[in-house]
Amino acid sequence: MMAKLSIRNVVKAFDGKVVLRDVDLDVSTHEVVCLIGSSGSGKSTLLKCINLLVPIDSGEIVLDGVDIAAPGINPNQVRQSMGIVFQAFNLFPHMKVIDNITLGPRKVHGIPRDEAEERARGLLERFDLLDKADAYPGLLSGGEQQRVAIVRALAAEPELMLFDEVTSALDPELVAEVLNVIRGLKTAGMTMVIATHEMGFARDVADNVCFLDDGVILEQAAPKDLFGNPQQPRTQQFLQRIVDAGRL
Amino acid sequence: MNSNSLEEVERRGPQALWPRRSPHSREEGARGALIAAASTVGVLGLMLWVVLASEAWPKVQRQFFSWFHFKESFPKVASGFWLDVKMFMVAEVLILGIALGIAMIRALRGPAFLPLRIIAVTYIDLIRGLPILLLILLMGFGIPSLQLPGVTNSPLFWGVTALVLSYSAYTAEVYRAGIESVHESQRMAARSIGLTQGQALRHVIVPQAIRNVIPALLNGFVSLQKDVALVFVLGVREGLREADIYNARTFNYTSYIAAAVLFLLVSVPVARFTDWYTDRDRRRKQAMSS
Ligand SMILES: Nc1ncnc2c1ncn2[C@@H]1O[C@H](COP(=O)(O)OP(=O)(O)OP(=O)(O)O)[C@@H](O)[C@H]1O
Ligand SMILES: [Mg+2]
Repeated sequence: MMAKLSIRNVVKAFDGKVVLRDVDLDVSTHEVVCLIGSSGSGKSTLLKCINLLVPIDSGEIVLDGVDIAAPGINPNQVRQSMGIVFQAFNLFPHMKVIDNITLGPRKVHGIPRDEAEERARGLLERFDLLDKADAYPGLLSGGEQQRVAIVRALAAEPELMLFDEVTSALDPELVAEVLNVIRGLKTAGMTMVIATHEMGFARDVADNVCFLDDGVILEQAAPKDLFGNPQQPRTQQFLQRIVDAGRL
Repeated sequence: MNSNSLEEVERRGPQALWPRRSPHSREEGARGALIAAASTVGVLGLMLWVVLASEAWPKVQRQFFSWFHFKESFPKVASGFWLDVKMFMVAEVLILGIALGIAMIRALRGPAFLPLRIIAVTYIDLIRGLPILLLILLMGFGIPSLQLPGVTNSPLFWGVTALVLSYSAYTAEVYRAGIESVHESQRMAARSIGLTQGQALRHVIVPQAIRNVIPALLNGFVSLQKDVALVFVLGVREGLREADIYNARTFNYTSYIAAAVLFLLVSVPVARFTDWYTDRDRRRKQAMSS
């Protein structure tokens, strides 16, 4: 099967500090890839590069056979086929939930308000958020806000979803509701790249787990192999620390 | 603890376990208000007494607070002041729009927008470096002196234009502070759903930015409401000019007091409103973050 997304030799430095060195990654359609690794290893940066929110220094990011990192590509167009959800939700606080969701479809795709709202309500209903449609984000729980952020990203009907530690800002009792939404997306066949600290979730949902260390993907394997039989000493160390912390 | 106070704990939460602090008690609140009122009346009364009892007072009253001259000068001063109000309103609308445009240009990123950004920054730096009065004189007298065909010679027009140019530069900086106060992640989230830079600014960043700087904008209102009187140097017959003319004719200063009263009637309520708004805004933010 042709890869949905192919990342080749991606390098990214911030002010001379190399954050991604030579990253290669393939994601096929309907595949779920989890990125794990210690803080600062470059997970968020990689996701932002895929979404062109951060320009890369060199390398290729091939989406559906097109190098989207090449010059002359309109990033706004690319972003419409990808959704990204951030750790801090980043909902627009001055807009109602429904307007947060319809803003993209209305302004980017020019869908009339009525139609955009009807679709948004459909999505909200699917994620059990319909009663929050007219609330402002500040009044929702963290879990609800994050689910709205996911709905907002889905409103553009993306074919690829990127998640950046979407549960690490949540109270423990709210984590499950968000993870269940992502599980639901997997069942629906969504292609996803997920940076996460939730190892149990990664083991459960991923088809492929990538261990990122100091800007390179040091090891990647199916979850049962990567968690059960890690090959690289750095991976073993990292997982040992997680086990010691009681999180696996 | 008796059952009574247990009920209170249920009703008021754990606070009920501690003695109520003074501002919460109605009696003490009333006493506080009484003390405040008494001391205010006392201090003001004392100041008034000092002034009225002084030997110079009759003379001061004649020159500054003459009821006769007040009545005489008021109609002219008031109609001139009405021009001030109109100048203020027209100028303020233009300023709010132009300044926002400049601030948005400054906020655009990427090399393609560099020339625009340079123009915006140059404009702001130049204008802010000049005394506003200089700009008014330069444009109000200078441009009409050129006798350019098809260009108005109205000092009123050029005076207001100078005010608009000047205030737009300052107000653009106010907006810019507001735009910078909106967290970078909001811009990123806006871009991530496919909005262009301009759309992200317009729909996501600027609405939040404006909310953050409304108090500063209101302060600008108060300041402009007074500064419109500067066009009096061009001979425009606004409120201050009319007061000046009356004074030149009668050598009595009450006309200035009449103008002062009119300016205060407008600016004090705006200042109070600004304070009230700022306070409410702060309390709201505290309530949101707790
Ligand atoms: N905009 C930026 N400017 C400068 N340095 C940055 C920027 N963004 C990220 N970095 C640096 O890049 C490195 C990788 O950061 P990144 O956020 O990608 O790590 P991460 O794996 O997501 O970590 P975490 O698990 O803490 O989220 C860090 O050292 C960080 O300080
Ligand atoms: Mg991160």
